[in-house]
Amino acid sequence: MVFKRHVEVGRIVLINYGPEKGSLATIIDIVDQNKCLIDGPAELTGVSRQVISYSRIALTDLTVKIQVNARQKTLVAAWKTADTQAKWDASSWAKKLQSKKTRLSLSDFDRFKVMIAKKQKSEIINAKMIELGA
Amino acid sequence: MTVTKSPRYYPAEDIKPAKNTYRVKQNPPRIRKSITPGTVLILLAGRFRGKRVVCLKALESGLILVSGPYKINGVPLRRVNQAYVIATSTNVDVSKVDVSSFTDAYFARSKDSSTEGENEFFMGDAPKPAVVNDQRKADQKKVDDALLKSVASAPMMEAYLAAQFTLTTHDKPHTMQF
Repeated sequence: MVFKRHVEVGRIVLINYGPEKGSLATIIDIVDQNKCLIDGPAELTGVSRQVISYSRIALTDLTVKIQVNARQKTLVAAWKTADTQAKWDASSWAKKLQSKKTRLSLSDFDRFKVMIAKKQKSEIINAKMIELGA
Repeated sequence: MTVTKSPRYYPAEDIKPAKNTYRVKQNPPRIRKSITPGTVLILLAGRFRGKRVVCLKALESGLILVSGPYKINGVPLRRVNQAYVIATSTNVDVSKVDVSSFTDAYFARSKDSSTEGENEFFMGDAPKPAVVNDQRKADQKKVDDALLKSVASAPMMEAYLAAQFTLTTHDKPHTMQF
């Protein structure tokens, strides 16, 4: 098995614990086997520079080209040239997170509408499956 | 000069001074902010539990006047306690519905005039067939006619009111938005 996502300087990570849960951040330095230094950049993602445990982040496919301990300004520039936010939003991971969030915010009537839509969808699929003789 | 005159005589026995009694004014019961005329409510208790109904108005007693409408889900014009409903964020337009004639007195039970004879006493409480008087039926129709019109104008609303509310697996009512 080959790992494709490494803990490295410039790796974009998703925070999955604490008040900043769900926000993106960038690894800017490695502290030790358990921790790394991350920075949002705060200007773009709201995550300030901090040391965080690896168990509280999830590595994404994205990286930016930066030096170790990059300044906030260069980090922002790197994010913008790499178009990181747009790439993340387009990923299926981000879309799933977004839809989960939307589902949670639905009202009772909206949930009812979703239930009906789901039924209609499976009705179409089942009809097609029968047509195909599967 | 003293302002108050001292009494001319003292009573032989001690008279306790009158207690400072005052009546607490009873305020009308407060209705939750989320419950307004037109709000779709989910009933949680009673024989109509799980039904989605339309709130028509709050009565003086603090109970809420609701209607299914009867034709859609079988819930008649009825008073419910606000503690046993979930208020949803969904609204139905009830501006055309006239509910001015409904008060708590309207729903008061009529006193049964026939006194229970010995025979009936020993027969026990044989279930009497429930009779809905014609006045109630007419009132129901009048309210529902106006209500059904506004329900029909909102897409999917009729099916929504007809459907029962239930919790299924992974539904956490404390985190759900209504």
